Amino acid sequence: MRFYEYEAREIVRRAGIPVTEFGFATTPEEAKAAAEKIDGPSVVKSQVLSGGRMKAGGVQFADTPDEAAAHTVDVLKIEIGGQMPRGVLVDTKAEVEQEYYAGVVWDGTAKQPVIIFSPVGGIDIEQVAEEQPDKVGRRHISNLRPLTGFEAKEVIASTGVTGSELNKLVPIVTKLAQLFIDNDMTLAEINPIGRLADGSFIALDAHMDMENEARGRHKKLLAELGVGDDETREAREPTAFELAGEAVDSEDHRGVAGNVTEFDGNLGLVIGAGGGSLTLFDAVRAHGGKPANYCEIGGNPSVSKTCGLAKLVLQKPGVDKIAVMMSIVSNTRVDIVARGVIKACLELGMDPSEKIAIFRIPGAWEDEGFKILDAYGVEYADRSVSMHEAAKRAVEKIGAGS
Amino acid sequence: MSILVGANTTFIVQGITGREAVNLTRECLDYGAGAKVVGGVTPGRLGREVHGVPVFDTVEQAVAHHGAPIDGSVVTVPPAFTKDAVFEAIENGIKLIVIVTERIPRRDVAQMVELASANDARIIGPNCLGIIVPDVIKMGGIGGPAKDAAKAYTPGSIGVISRSGGMTTEMSSTLTAAGMGQSTAVSIGGDAIIGSSYAELMPLFEADEATEGIVIYTEPGGRMEAQLAQWVAENNSRLPIVAFMAGRFMDEMPGMSFGHAGTIVEGKEDTATEKIARLAEAGITVAEEISEIPALIQAKIDERKS
Amino acid sequence: MRAEGIFIAVEVEDGAAADQALAAKLTEVCPVDIFAVASSGELELVDKNIDECVLCRLCLDAAPEGAVTIIKRYDNDAQL
Repeated sequence: MRFYEYEAREIVRRAGIPVTEFGFATTPEEAKAAAEKIDGPSVVKSQVLSGGRMKAGGVQFADTPDEAAAHTVDVLKIEIGGQMPRGVLVDTKAEVEQEYYAGVVWDGTAKQPVIIFSPVGGIDIEQVAEEQPDKVGRRHISNLRPLTGFEAKEVIASTGVTGSELNKLVPIVTKLAQLFIDNDMTLAEINPIGRLADGSFIALDAHMDMENEARGRHKKLLAELGVGDDETREAREPTAFELAGEAVDSEDHRGVAGNVTEFDGNLGLVIGAGGGSLTLFDAVRAHGGKPANYCEIGGNPSVSKTCGLAKLVLQKPGVDKIAVMMSIVSNTRVDIVARGVIKACLELGMDPSEKIAIFRIPGAWEDEGFKILDAYGVEYADRSVSMHEAAKRAVEKIGAGS
Repeated sequence: MSILVGANTTFIVQGITGREAVNLTRECLDYGAGAKVVGGVTPGRLGREVHGVPVFDTVEQAVAHHGAPIDGSVVTVPPAFTKDAVFEAIENGIKLIVIVTERIPRRDVAQMVELASANDARIIGPNCLGIIVPDVIKMGGIGGPAKDAAKAYTPGSIGVISRSGGMTTEMSSTLTAAGMGQSTAVSIGGDAIIGSSYAELMPLFEADEATEGIVIYTEPGGRMEAQLAQWVAENNSRLPIVAFMAGRFMDEMPGMSFGHAGTIVEGKEDTATEKIARLAEAGITVAEEISEIPALIQAKIDERKS
Repeated sequence: MRAEGIFIAVEVEDGAAADQALAAKLTEVCPVDIFAVASSGELELVDKNIDECVLCRLCLDAAPEGAVTIIKRYDNDAQL
């Protein structure tokens, strides 16, 4: 889950890292008040979750509070990466002598967090790594031993930074690594850290991502930052169709019939499980099909939950037929899924043999499931028909029908 | 032969009284020669039995009751308690831990893995279905009830490693239908950080004489495939590998996660396209469809033999 | 009494349905809540759950032989 910059800045401040005076504003009046507090030139920055703000005109400089208010009016109108800004961050325009980079991310191969530091900050760290690799330091940190400070010292020193610069940066980078650990972050980045004329260091911009699975143990922080439980903070906001899918999945606790993502094709998909859905979605597209949605069933959902998901997909505008497909199931039951999708057709006044292009779920209770499908004339396939072959048949059927 | 487990492997089930764990225990007892499930642990349930398996409050009690070190544990406790359960298993001398639980924060997983390696133990998972040696033993829910598992898995010479539990069975079933059995199939889990990656299991398959080729199921997200490609390049492996990559559509949707928690594309190296290129560079064939896998791996095995 | 879903039908002999002890037992064993105890203490069938039947036979085992019948409507009314 991504934080907005104003939230990330607050997390950095709470960790004891010096930050510039800043305020969050959703109106020109609030922006003006925040700029007055800053007492000097300010920067008005659009608060969106995507990058590319500068290019889009989402970052504006102001000499006076009135100018900051005027810029706020403009910035709030600009959509960036498909998102309207949540507000603006009114920040001090700091005069820096040098910019540095510090970040902490997980290394899934080493299975440890890695601290990344560079005395070349303010630009994309991947670009620095490519152009000046000797200016980027990396160091893994232990998952079990507490951080003491030498870790940050090593990584900073490895980039050639020494003297008082080194000694002032060590506590900042250590605190950043500590906040990464304490808050179950998947990314904690300050870019840039600025060195001011008086030799002090200050965090000027921050990016933070918290692991979704860990949100439950940071309820207090999230509440204090005003992050709602229902905010997914995905790369794109959920659609009404996707929210309806979530509602179906939370109907009862048995199994999963959800994780719906909307697409704009004509072939509705009732597919599962995790890896099976990924494979089948690709397979439909590889055969020229246009999926209307992605979804996942698994963990043996109830008939009513499967029925709810199938109804949602069947009623989606533009959907001609649905394909019901999974990799071989061992926990989810074939007969229960068959009942769910047939029931959905019948309750919507549709003919299952017409609407279900193909049913390809082999595995647990398949004999019972196939009896049900036979009774309603639905075309089905057992494990001798591959997932790709089943997807192909579904695509052919929908092509022939339209 | 096989890797990780064999006919004589002993294990416990932590969280054995949970609904899914009860089923899993039954399945393991019924499969092959019958797994040696020597105990179960659920705090507060000492003295109960699950399908004849004695239940204890602690792993220590289970080990004492068994009277000898226990080889493994299947952990099926809720996410908030998993770290504690795994630490307990490690400190009681268990060397192979299969974590079934989903949705564990990765810091917890990383801590478990680090403690495990410090104690010479290995973790499979989390968010996995475990390990199966066809007709011999299954440790975890892999393949489902014994009769279903018997339909999909047959003994043979292909090692299977998969980030998806369900796809482990789908691919093995496809191999079985083509007359190719499996030496061992391992569901390694779909999370961003897991106990054993492809590259970390390869040395075991390399040392297993029964294994002649490897089939892997992969997804976008993470650097695990790059790590495998590097391992293959550096180790002059005797084993040909065929890979299947699902979730290619995700390349168009950065920042979104589908299927498993670990699939999120966070950088260029995480994409399906990039991974396919890396695997191909290392001489690993990437199949377009699962049905192609048996012929591809057979051809590569034949090529090495001639 | 009889209740029908699309796929499953459940029949309970009238004498058995009036047996309060049996009603409580059936309610307890059914994993998908097809059976319930009415305020009178007698057995009640929950219409919306009939199609959730997982064919587990627990109700058949809990009742005297022939008292409860589970019918698979999709399989030429075959009895479980």
